[in-house]
Amino acid sequence: MDKNIVNVKKESVTIQMESYSHNEQFARVVAAVFASRLDPTVEEIEDIKTAVSEAVTNAVIHGYEGGQGIVELRLELEDKVLTVEVKDGGVGIPDVEKAMEPLYTSKPSSERSGMGFSFMEAFMDSVDVWSEPGKGTKVTMKKKIGNEFSRFA
Amino acid sequence: MEDDTKYVLEDHTLIIELPKELDHHSSIGLKEETEKLMSAHFIRRIIFDFQNTMFMDSSGIGVLLGRYKRMQSAKGEVAVCSVDERVNRILKMSGIYQIIKKYDTRTQALAAFEQGK
Repeated sequence: MDKNIVNVKKESVTIQMESYSHNEQFARVVAAVFASRLDPTVEEIEDIKTAVSEAVTNAVIHGYEGGQGIVELRLELEDKVLTVEVKDGGVGIPDVEKAMEPLYTSKPSSERSGMGFSFMEAFMDSVDVWSEPGKGTKVTMKKKIGNEFSRFA
Repeated sequence: MEDDTKYVLEDHTLIIELPKELDHHSSIGLKEETEKLMSAHFIRRIIFDFQNTMFMDSSGIGVLLGRYKRMQSAKGEVAVCSVDERVNRILKMSGIYQIIKKYDTRTQALAAFEQGK
């Protein structure tokens, strides 16, 4: 089994979960365990956990607006790069650019800080958002593991 | 997940011992409980004690901002204490230190409030 692992170049896992808020923790822990195969630093693990938490929280709060739905988490490792995809089939975002602006929130009354996307962008190397109103949202984030020079050291 | 948040009322100061992981999920009960305490008691200051907190995301910032606004309209104060390195990084990035002061320990935060009286 161990010999086999050395030769693995690319692998992925996909998990579907209900949009319960306690799955925010579940998702970030799963992502951290999966990413640990690349031998990341403690800081890199924390970055990944925070970014995944932000994306899944968005799906729960905004995608499904607190209601029920399925959130899909897809994790992939290839050449020391972790790709995280968080997908929901919720309401979608009418204006992605606006949603990604720092401090913007569509729900000011529920005390959202508006920093979710900013944190994803700060902690991952890239963040791409696909969304269509009525269809859902997919956030794709990438991070190279083993980058010694973190931007927020 | 059990709720490991603790609330201590000392004089007119509410000390909130935050959970191990402060995210959207754990913040739901925390907001409710804090609101209840604030309407039942005369609270002039809130100290967010991070001594047990190992993880926080932007939902945690939302919690702090929300309480800060509530206390501001009541002319009260808010402080944080016992922040570890990881949580400190998130707090710094959010810019919240521009409005909320940080103390090393709960005792120091309480002492600072006493002096400011």
